[in-house]
Amino acid sequence: MFDNILIYFVIIPLVMLALVGLSQNIKQIRAVAVTGSLALTGLSIFLLVDYLSLRSAGETAPMLFTDSWVWFAPLHINLSVGVDGISIAMLLLSSIILLTGSFASWTIQQPKEFFLWLILLSTGVFGFFITIDLFAMFMFYEVALIPMYLLIGVWGSGKKNYSAMKLTLMLMGGSAFLMLGLIGIYYHSAADGNLTWNLLQIAENNAISENWQLFLFPMTFVGFGVLGAMFPFHTWSPDGHESAPTAVSMLHAGVLMKLGGYGCFRVAIYLMPYAANELSWIFLILTGISVVYGAFSACVQTDLKYINAYSSVSHCGLVLFAILMLNTTAMTGAIMQMLSHGLMTALFFALIGQIYGRTHTRDIREMGGLMQIMPYLSVCYVIAGMASLGLPGLSGFVAEMTIFVGSFQHADMFHRVFTIVACCSIVITAVYILRVVGKLLFGPVQNEHHRQLTDATWWEKVSTATLIVCVAVIGCFPNFFASLIKSTFIPDIFRVLGMN
Amino acid sequence: MDYTQFLAMKQEIGLLVVFLLVFLYDTFMPKKALNGTAAFTCTIFAIFTALGFCCLFSSDVTAFSGMYSTGAVMSAIKNILNLGVLIVLIQSCKWANSEFQIMRRGEFYELLLVTLFGMYLMISARHFLLFIIGLESASLPLAAMVAFDKNRYESHEAAIKYILTAVFSSAVFMLGLSFVYGLSGSLYFDQIVSGLGNSANSAMLIVAIAFVIAGIGFKLSLVPFHLWTADVYQGAPTSVTSYLSVISKGATAFAFLVVMSQVFGQFYDKVWMWMLYALIILTITVGNLFAIRQRNMKRFLAFSSISQAGYIMLGVIAMNEVGVASLMYYVLVYIFSNLAAFGVIGAIENATGKVSMDDYNGLYKTNPRLSFAMMLAMFSLAGIPPFAGFFSKFFIFTGALHQESVAMYILVLIALINTIISLYYYLLVVKAMFIKTEEECQIANFRSSCSERLGLWITVGGIILLGIASCCYSYLLNLTQASGMMSMF
Repeated sequence: MFDNILIYFVIIPLVMLALVGLSQNIKQIRAVAVTGSLALTGLSIFLLVDYLSLRSAGETAPMLFTDSWVWFAPLHINLSVGVDGISIAMLLLSSIILLTGSFASWTIQQPKEFFLWLILLSTGVFGFFITIDLFAMFMFYEVALIPMYLLIGVWGSGKKNYSAMKLTLMLMGGSAFLMLGLIGIYYHSAADGNLTWNLLQIAENNAISENWQLFLFPMTFVGFGVLGAMFPFHTWSPDGHESAPTAVSMLHAGVLMKLGGYGCFRVAIYLMPYAANELSWIFLILTGISVVYGAFSACVQTDLKYINAYSSVSHCGLVLFAILMLNTTAMTGAIMQMLSHGLMTALFFALIGQIYGRTHTRDIREMGGLMQIMPYLSVCYVIAGMASLGLPGLSGFVAEMTIFVGSFQHADMFHRVFTIVACCSIVITAVYILRVVGKLLFGPVQNEHHRQLTDATWWEKVSTATLIVCVAVIGCFPNFFASLIKSTFIPDIFRVLGMN
Repeated sequence: MDYTQFLAMKQEIGLLVVFLLVFLYDTFMPKKALNGTAAFTCTIFAIFTALGFCCLFSSDVTAFSGMYSTGAVMSAIKNILNLGVLIVLIQSCKWANSEFQIMRRGEFYELLLVTLFGMYLMISARHFLLFIIGLESASLPLAAMVAFDKNRYESHEAAIKYILTAVFSSAVFMLGLSFVYGLSGSLYFDQIVSGLGNSANSAMLIVAIAFVIAGIGFKLSLVPFHLWTADVYQGAPTSVTSYLSVISKGATAFAFLVVMSQVFGQFYDKVWMWMLYALIILTITVGNLFAIRQRNMKRFLAFSSISQAGYIMLGVIAMNEVGVASLMYYVLVYIFSNLAAFGVIGAIENATGKVSMDDYNGLYKTNPRLSFAMMLAMFSLAGIPPFAGFFSKFFIFTGALHQESVAMYILVLIALINTIISLYYYLLVVKAMFIKTEEECQIANFRSSCSERLGLWITVGGIILLGIASCCYSYLLNLTQASGMMSMF
């Protein structure tokens, strides 16, 4: 069991949990969190290199590093692991965000409990991305959800009780549909009675009848779509982000919302391509609404976190939108967008948290001229904004470009119209980003007390600088990431893509 | 008469020996030694439980011309109940040794063991006469136990309510049985099956089955037969409440499964599936909705246990091996989760006398370990992974969906939506303990007694391990598949 590299993505967080539990003071906790997340980042980079070298050596299996251990034998439940380019990209993203999140919560109150929950959450996230067994995936998925309740409830701000409960119940409501869908998939996973929970085998058997696909696809897609902030199930997202503490917002918007998109196409679309093709129009309409509605809502908000939360709804909507286009280019764009949005929104939330920690307000009407007061943070904010509105050279541009090129490949009226509508969101994004940048950073100083505020400390600089470097790397070397993702499509893992 | 038949009843006989030892110890030991009654009972019951796991049955045995039957599956559920009773005994030590109970603690243990004996008979009975003897000896002594806090008015009220409903439900049950007897001419389970033959459309049979379900439904507190539950749970001493809510419920659920599958199995889809279907939906929904408003922790857990009974019934309506194994596993997990919750409530009640949820505000500040145990119990009851409750819920839903019918998918969907409602009120407790820390906590820091801590450690260990360690569930499912008790479906 321990000779498989993937299992360490779960073991390291578990060791971290134990060590944090044993820690005596905040210094030890910080040391554990930073060392552990550095180890995870190192591990995912190592995995990436290993994976690419295997692929270039001509390995064509759909998933590499696969392994399987029997868990509940009579019900055919195994703990199966395996990764492809997409999961590796997600693992890399998660470990970077965990690392920067640890720096961002350097001075948190009650550090022990906070890091225990935070690391438990990331255990779920890492476990979700490495497993290819539906039961284990679902288990890790729920493990990642529940710590949010306490993280927001105890360390949050504003109407935290309301938001924490709303978020937990809505996400768990999604997973109720998901559970029904997954058990349904299990009972139709094989025609010959050898039922299985393994994703690859289910796809290979291709035994889910068309009628059952039409029933199970919406279940799973909506189940994961709730976490992907799909309209009209997105309302937990703004409230949750508004109340959550900085690191939790970062992890949640950066990684957890990606679980939704990832699950949507790893489970719903990959296993049920027929239904995906038949029903994609319904969900295209819903995600199209997410994209535009999220962007418009962001325009009228005055709370920095609300602005960013609605912008997340819009950007994550774009991920689901691209996935539903069901072609290679748009899919590649969707994964790029997940990476890009994860990093960029984590950067945003880190900066907002740092600004809020100084000014004690997030209302943009009460702040102004921060560029004179805290130049480092302000420059970072501008960079994050530029990435968000799609400036070439940063990650947002490559992702959105790929998505829209992919979407426009559909020649029919319906897809064309929706692509154009979604494209409009870029313009709206520019409106709300530039409005905030202008008001917050360059306007007159609103509050004289703010003049005494200090600029970023070293740990805040580490956190933001790491994220900016990552955003720029994706922006400057998109081909590397595109080929990593495309290498996944070559072994025909997405049967669905052959359909159009 | 063939006396080797008694060997088949080795678990019952063992339990009788435990009962006699406790009785003799309590009656004849000098007054000084009586302080050890609790420890003595726990010890010999622990030995008995361990022995039960050692001497397993390899095949099914029947005795007394088919009146009594046992086997691997039956002894597994009895062992599960033993584990639960052991935890209840450990948790009740402090209460039994308290000032008010000191004269009567012997009786408490004796009554408890008698009810357990009754439940054993219910599980193993293959003749309705034996079944009724079991049912009565499982419920009448419980009324005495409910009334155990002699100086508390609520305790009396609860006992009266309990005994009236118990007697009434037995009467309904027996009326149903008399119809069955009239139709089939026998009270042996296997003879009833052949005797009922083709009477599927007879109105008499439908009424009979409805009465049987209603009679047992009272014991299981299925809605609409649940009205006694909250008052009795609130009034009874906490140790008795925990016994009532897990052991009594688990045993009755399994006995119900045996009766429905072995006696009325052939009328499953024609007659009683839809009755149970409606009862499950009502039970889960009403239990959940009423639990939301409760502020008293014991009433709160009463309604939570009503809805949990609904989930347990999903294992009955599934009518397959996965369903049976999941039902037993669910009972096992439910024993551990609910006893963890009652352990915390009991510890706090013994130390401070407080049972209101508002008193729990900010408990994490004063008693972090107790709050942690309580949180794990709530998460397990709500079905949050990686705790055992998640696995038991998942498997019981898997069992119910085994049939490819739309009705089952709808039923499971309703049950799943209800888990969200239940998550809400379980989180209310977590919220009170961990999040509402602004005001001073009403419960000062205290050190719970050794026995309470031991009980909590066992239950918390069970909550964490029972799910992840797959051997428990796999063992139960292998047992049921090997026993072939569902082979006719």
